[in-house]
Amino acid sequence: MQTALRTSLPETELASRASFAPHARVAREERQEERRVQTTGLPLSIRGLRKSFGDNEVLRGIDLHIPAGQFVAIVGKSGCGKSTLLRLIAGLEKIDAGSIGFGQDVQPEDIRVMFQEPRLLPWARVLANVEVGLGRDRASKDAHARAEKALTEVGLADKRDQWPSVLSGGQKQRVALGRALVSRPRVLAFDEPLGALDALTRISMQRLLERVWRDQGFTAILVTHDVSEAVALADRVLVIEEGRIAHDVVVSAARPRQRGSAELAGLEGSILSHLLSADDRT
Amino acid sequence: MSLIDSISLPRSVRLPRLDGLVQWIVPLAIIAIWQVACVTGFVPTRVLPAPSDVALAGWKLLLSGELVRNIWVSFWRASIGFLIGGSIGFAFGLANGLSQLSAKLTDTTLQMVRNVPHLALIPLVILWFGIDESAKLFLVALGVFFPIYLNTLHGIRTVDPQLIEMGRIYGMTDGELFRRVIFPGALPSIFVGIRFALGIMWLTLIVAETIAASSGLGYMAMQAREFMLIDVVVLSILIYALLGKLADSASRVLERLTLSWHPAFQKR
Ligand SMILES: Nc1ncnc2c1ncn2[C@@H]1O[C@H](COP(=O)(O)OP(=O)(O)OP(=O)(O)O)[C@@H](O)[C@H]1O
Ligand SMILES: [Mg+2]
Repeated sequence: MQTALRTSLPETELASRASFAPHARVAREERQEERRVQTTGLPLSIRGLRKSFGDNEVLRGIDLHIPAGQFVAIVGKSGCGKSTLLRLIAGLEKIDAGSIGFGQDVQPEDIRVMFQEPRLLPWARVLANVEVGLGRDRASKDAHARAEKALTEVGLADKRDQWPSVLSGGQKQRVALGRALVSRPRVLAFDEPLGALDALTRISMQRLLERVWRDQGFTAILVTHDVSEAVALADRVLVIEEGRIAHDVVVSAARPRQRGSAELAGLEGSILSHLLSADDRT
Repeated sequence: MSLIDSISLPRSVRLPRLDGLVQWIVPLAIIAIWQVACVTGFVPTRVLPAPSDVALAGWKLLLSGELVRNIWVSFWRASIGFLIGGSIGFAFGLANGLSQLSAKLTDTTLQMVRNVPHLALIPLVILWFGIDESAKLFLVALGVFFPIYLNTLHGIRTVDPQLIEMGRIYGMTDGELFRRVIFPGALPSIFVGIRFALGIMWLTLIVAETIAASSGLGYMAMQAREFMLIDVVVLSILIYALLGKLADSASRVLERLTLSWHPAFQKR
């Protein structure tokens, strides 16, 4: 679906140029090296994964290895099974065949998902909504403190006592991010988390995602319709076609990345042409 | 209603102290016009006694203790009947909202029973229970049961499935899921049921007390009719109106307290 794909926005470039001063860049690059060494993320191995809904064969054998701490983006045309793959990884659907392994036993708190809708409890204050993310640790004594810390990380400490209904769409999504982060997950799966946001909010959320990923070192899997978002954030972009991974594109550009740079634009163009040619064939 | 008021009135025009009084202007005006109409002989007092006569009748009954006793009896019947019917309705609503099996087992039957107007059962109920307390309680409970049942069921069925999935992802147990997601989500709908049920509660009680009782407000009105005491008849009707309003206000206060998260109830 051509219409569903976005190309890079001119304001993206301006915004990102303004944000990175040269000295900050050096510091961040050092931090990135550090993160590679001591990542808290889990590796992910998927073998021969299949999933059907009735006669509809959605995933027809996915083989994939994601190293610990990698940021992977998944793109593909609407209905190709991106959400299904994510839901299988998060354990929300039953696997028909194949396997998904994390290299060790995982706790439910280790894997978190964030959706396009914030899914906040309207009858709980912002802080209580973040506490939900603690899972079985909800009742622990430091629950409050941990939730407040997560809320500070997403920049909403001052909204802790508000009802979700008074927040803007972007703020709600940040609360949802805080809730996903509060248990210090080792794998974080995003299903178009920024899909419903306007262009500017989307850019600031992309920066926030990248920042928390760098700080916490979880393995990130991002499903998105926006190819420019995929190449700007991910170490690697997977294109799903006909239930399989059709392309596996490495984005080697150094971070922090220059939005709309020739390198990213080239990658984006080639991924888009993959998607469009698949669309023409069907 | 509060929502529409607060939207349509600009903030500067709202006078908080007058706000509470405004709603009483129309009832007071009606009483004043009524009084004038009676005193000037425009309305014959055989048709409608003047408010002052009604008040006087009320005062006499109050002194004799009859009024308080009858109000108390009616109030007691209404509350107990409401509690019994309401809790059974709530329990069935929960069971059928949460369990497919329970819904399959009982929902069709309940829907059939619902189509029988419960006041049509009065002759049968009198045969069963005579005119003692259980007859009135039974009728009130039956009347209250359905609005509470239906709205609890509807509330639970319409809780956002995405929120339930979210609760499961974040490891809520069944109990927690109910307490933190399903019940709060169903609460607005349950309140709709409660307000419907309160209306039905008074209606049922009036009818039941008028037909088969030896005490209570409805009985007081019937007695007065036999002795042609029209002021007492009008008094009983006014008291019913007041009690109905009181019950409605109580449920509104409760609603405000428990649904303070709801955009419609937020103070600004
Ligand atoms: N619970 C379900 N029951 C039946 N079919 C389903 C279910 N979930 C997904 N599908 C089907 O599986 C296919 C893939 O759906 P999925 O949601 O994974 O697509 P997607 O790639 O995320 O699409 P989009 O980009 O539009 O979100 C679709 O054809 C959809 O109809
Ligand atoms: Mg999807």
